[in-house]
Amino acid sequence: MAFLSVFSPLIAFFFAFLFGKQLGDRGAQFLTCAGVILAAMCSCFLFVDVAINGHTQTILLMNWIDVGGFEATWNIRLDTLSVVMMCVITIVSSCVHVYSIGYMSHDPAKARFMSYLSLFTFAMLMLVTADNLLQLFFGWEGVGLASYLLIGFWNTKHSANSAAMKAFIVNRVGDFGLVLGMFTIFVVFGTIHFDEIFAVAPEKATVLFNFMGFQVHALTLACLLLFIGACGKSAQLGLHTWLPDAMEGPTPVSALIHAATMVTAGVFLVARFSPVFEYAPDALMVVCVVGATTAFVAATIGMTQFDIKRVIAYSTMSQLGYMFFALGVSAYGAAMFHLVTHAFFKALLFLGAGSVIHAMSDEQDMRNMGGIWKKIPFTYALMWIGSLALAGIPFFAGYYSKDIMLESAFADYTWFGHYAYWMGIAAAFMTAFYSWRLIIMTFHGDPRANKEVMSHIHESPKVMLLPLIVLAIGAIFAGAALYKPFVGGSSHHGADDHHLEVDLHHSDNETEHHNNEHDNDAPVLEEDHEDTTAWNRIGFWKDSIKVMPENDTVEAAHNVPKWVKLLPTIMGACGIFLAYVIYLWGAGLAGKFTKLFKPLHNLFFHKWYFDELYNVLFKEGAIGFGRMFSRTDKGVIDGLGPDGIARSAVCGGGILRRIQNGFVYQYAFIMMIGLICLITWVVFGGMQ
Amino acid sequence: MINLPISIDAIIPEITLACGAMFLLIIGALSKRIITNTLSYAAVLLLIFTFFLLVSLNWDTSISMNGFFVMDSFAGLIKSAVLLSMAGVLALSTGYMKREEIVAFEYPILVLLSTLGMMVMVSANDLLSLYIGLELQSLALYVLATIRRNSLRSAEAGIKYFVLGALSSGMILFGSSIIYGFAGTTNFTAIAEAFSANPDMKLGLSMGLVFLLSGLAFKISAAPFHMWTPDVYEGAPTSVTALFAIVPKLAALALMMRIFCEPFMGLQDMWVQILWVLSVASMLVGAFAALTQENIKRLLAYSSIGNVGYALIGIIVGGTGGLGATLYYFLIYMAMTAGTFGIIMSLRREGASLEKIESLEGMSKTHPVQAYVLAILMFSMSGIPPMAGFFGKLFIFESAIAGGYIYLAVLGVVSSVVAAYYYLRIIKVMFFDEQVEELQYETNVPRDAVIIVSILIITGLVLMPEPLLIMTQNATASLF
Repeated sequence: MAFLSVFSPLIAFFFAFLFGKQLGDRGAQFLTCAGVILAAMCSCFLFVDVAINGHTQTILLMNWIDVGGFEATWNIRLDTLSVVMMCVITIVSSCVHVYSIGYMSHDPAKARFMSYLSLFTFAMLMLVTADNLLQLFFGWEGVGLASYLLIGFWNTKHSANSAAMKAFIVNRVGDFGLVLGMFTIFVVFGTIHFDEIFAVAPEKATVLFNFMGFQVHALTLACLLLFIGACGKSAQLGLHTWLPDAMEGPTPVSALIHAATMVTAGVFLVARFSPVFEYAPDALMVVCVVGATTAFVAATIGMTQFDIKRVIAYSTMSQLGYMFFALGVSAYGAAMFHLVTHAFFKALLFLGAGSVIHAMSDEQDMRNMGGIWKKIPFTYALMWIGSLALAGIPFFAGYYSKDIMLESAFADYTWFGHYAYWMGIAAAFMTAFYSWRLIIMTFHGDPRANKEVMSHIHESPKVMLLPLIVLAIGAIFAGAALYKPFVGGSSHHGADDHHLEVDLHHSDNETEHHNNEHDNDAPVLEEDHEDTTAWNRIGFWKDSIKVMPENDTVEAAHNVPKWVKLLPTIMGACGIFLAYVIYLWGAGLAGKFTKLFKPLHNLFFHKWYFDELYNVLFKEGAIGFGRMFSRTDKGVIDGLGPDGIARSAVCGGGILRRIQNGFVYQYAFIMMIGLICLITWVVFGGMQ
Repeated sequence: MINLPISIDAIIPEITLACGAMFLLIIGALSKRIITNTLSYAAVLLLIFTFFLLVSLNWDTSISMNGFFVMDSFAGLIKSAVLLSMAGVLALSTGYMKREEIVAFEYPILVLLSTLGMMVMVSANDLLSLYIGLELQSLALYVLATIRRNSLRSAEAGIKYFVLGALSSGMILFGSSIIYGFAGTTNFTAIAEAFSANPDMKLGLSMGLVFLLSGLAFKISAAPFHMWTPDVYEGAPTSVTALFAIVPKLAALALMMRIFCEPFMGLQDMWVQILWVLSVASMLVGAFAALTQENIKRLLAYSSIGNVGYALIGIIVGGTGGLGATLYYFLIYMAMTAGTFGIIMSLRREGASLEKIESLEGMSKTHPVQAYVLAILMFSMSGIPPMAGFFGKLFIFESAIAGGYIYLAVLGVVSSVVAAYYYLRIIKVMFFDEQVEELQYETNVPRDAVIIVSILIITGLVLMPEPLLIMTQNATASLF
């Protein structure tokens, strides 16, 4: 079962990639979809087996490296954390595979596209089922490679090539952090196997590590380095610049890789290492502050963009920021909860946007849309569901997960917890605002597209709508259904409290209750009288996530003041209202607001002026390398980080090349100088 | 076996090779027609035959020829690798030489003689046999660099290589004479004994060793003794460049390992510092200088400089772990380089062989299979898993960390990240740029066979990365 769930996408990839021509487009599409759907079914079965019936296990595939003290194996590690990820990956991936059949129907290289999608799915499964850091790193690089191939899939498009290259190189910077983190862990723990690392983490809590002459806390260093890796994959502030550009890839790719799965690998990594992070409170603080700042900054940029996919991309970045600050306050369960719900509604939004783009003859600028909701009512309704979930409107999935994260941040009662809470509240308001700005600009008002495009507008084929419905079901029900196992309180009090709240509000949420009860059946079957406590987050996550009792913010989150719980919802509603006022009811208000807040609007629209600052700092030094990225936006971080280093590297290379001028006497001279330096060193330096 | 005053068992492979080379030389000189091709295939067969002779030998440590010659499992492994890779290089070059109309029948014979020189180097147990082996292989290589007699660039490359090579040989000789002056002997075992008996000679021996080391650094093109590499790589015919890049450095690295572990083990604190400087300088030069290169052969020259820097890390760490990692790394590097040169030699544009990186534009459209093969090779070179190159780097860095050389590991990772840029650029050019002029791929059975073997090694190693490592570690155990 585990084999099938992990390897069927790989097999599908091989056949579709190697025999794409012989199989034909139809065959390749069928094969890859079948492979992934099979994996999805197996994953759901494993979920029941592992998470609910508690059959945690590790399957050894083969011994891989065993030299001296260094040992690595290929494993499939099945615990609650990994099966949750497997379910999310395979279900969303199945939807995207099926959707792609319709979306890519005009593309000549269908088999190649489908095979890349399957390769990505396999690499992602490898990543989440890893039992040691090396295997995780393989999966990590594998998803990076697949992402690179898929962003640059339309390789006749220059911007797509630049974006692919940029994504790859920025990610290499993050990977560099991850590799150093792996090394640090190997030095400190002497092993790279998760179980062994986690078992001895408490003993290593006081170890100091001599790095570049400084005594640093070993676990904090390791955790921060791992977090740099996580930042690269999950597009946190600092290494985020590749994500908006990655939208140059086909839309199904954006939905699968850049919204639902790959970008959440960083969240998964931190949650997986929760037993280590718990002993590095300073690292958690950094995670929390970076996450909260990303959530805020990305939301401000999202409010001002006009490209429909970029709005959703910045929204993804913002939501990932939410997950990271939840991790930072030790609310790992809450972060994973949001990861799952976010995967559903964000994939839904992306695929919905893809459906709109498809209908509008590949138009992506919202200023050229409008007035089309009657022509594509189905897509319109699905976008509403996705947006309601994203904005955290009660009883949609996002409501449960976003609230518990904000409450946990508040319940941390530290300065960064409060910082995260207020940043999160502000971002929640902006999230609701830009979601409805998107809906109104895209679907309402007067048509702004030309006649020819308008006459072509059509609802997408069934093969594209069906996956959307599956995702929409997830976006509606996942929150309510998974609330108790993921983040439910350990006492009856907490759980009941929530029920009361739900009951107070509405009556049409029977379905959710029903769903809850349905899931509740599972532990009852175990005829264990402990089942009332078994079916909460502690019984659900078991050992896969570790939280120290004094850090248990999820527990504390159930006991925060009422206003803390209500504020996100109220802000969300205000955001929606404001969007209606500005963009639908008050004609011309948008322009007036822009004028009124001109400095702020400019700041957000220009992505916090990263470009301009960058130009001032680095324009002079630019050589060759800039050509590759000249079209795409150059943020200041870009400039200080990967681009800047590469630029000075190219400069340095130029100097080295000037020395290399081809004169033999000069070469001989340099050799003699080298020899003299070495002798001087040996006689006067090394001998003493 | 014939009864001789001295035992010749251990040097039978060398004798066979020497006699075979002379025999082929006579045939070539007497033949009325130009029979370079036939001679090349005969030379390949001779190399393989010598390899089997070598394998059938007893690899237990034995010293013969009045203490000049040592045979042990370390020498056995290195010589096997040298013989097989030389056979591979000859197989790569036959088609290319024919196509480029370089019809000198001396070509395969010079290759055989340089192989012989390397084998002597690897088995040297005396400063004199070291020098003889080194000069034999160098002289053959000087001539090979100029083998395209009517090309100005080839001649220039050969002269440059010869002048600078003579300088480095001078350094080695000078260093040897200093060592002899202090220790009173040129035999490796005796030098070690003399030093342990009289530690006062440390400074004198160190001086000698620095000269020796500088000369050897030239042979492996470690910075700052690397200046000849890009010019010679660019000027020499591509098949000769492939030979330069793949084989001689392995022999020189093995020689360094032997002299560090046997006669000069007592000076470890001194030579570790020098190697440290060479290693870091090479990694940085290899990573940064390559960024601006447009010529693919110059790019590979810098790449080889950088790779020597990584390989030196393992020697610095020392022990079977470090030396084993170095050998492992370099064997993988040789496989990757062979494949890369194979592809480059097969490609032609407008009837001329390939020089510029730009010429690869749009290769993925016209020659998808070859483009994917080259992409895999480049991924492997830049150390991206799951290709073999990743394991080479992994074990090197792992040994550096285990030995406490964390700075070296960090510098290594940094420079490999920088280096990844120019490897990926090749992929970018092949897959994403538009084609301007048409590329032709010429099939040649022996050459394609080498490419296939290379790619199988690189992708197959992921399944079983460790047996080769254990093999290299066991081989280096005989040095201690």
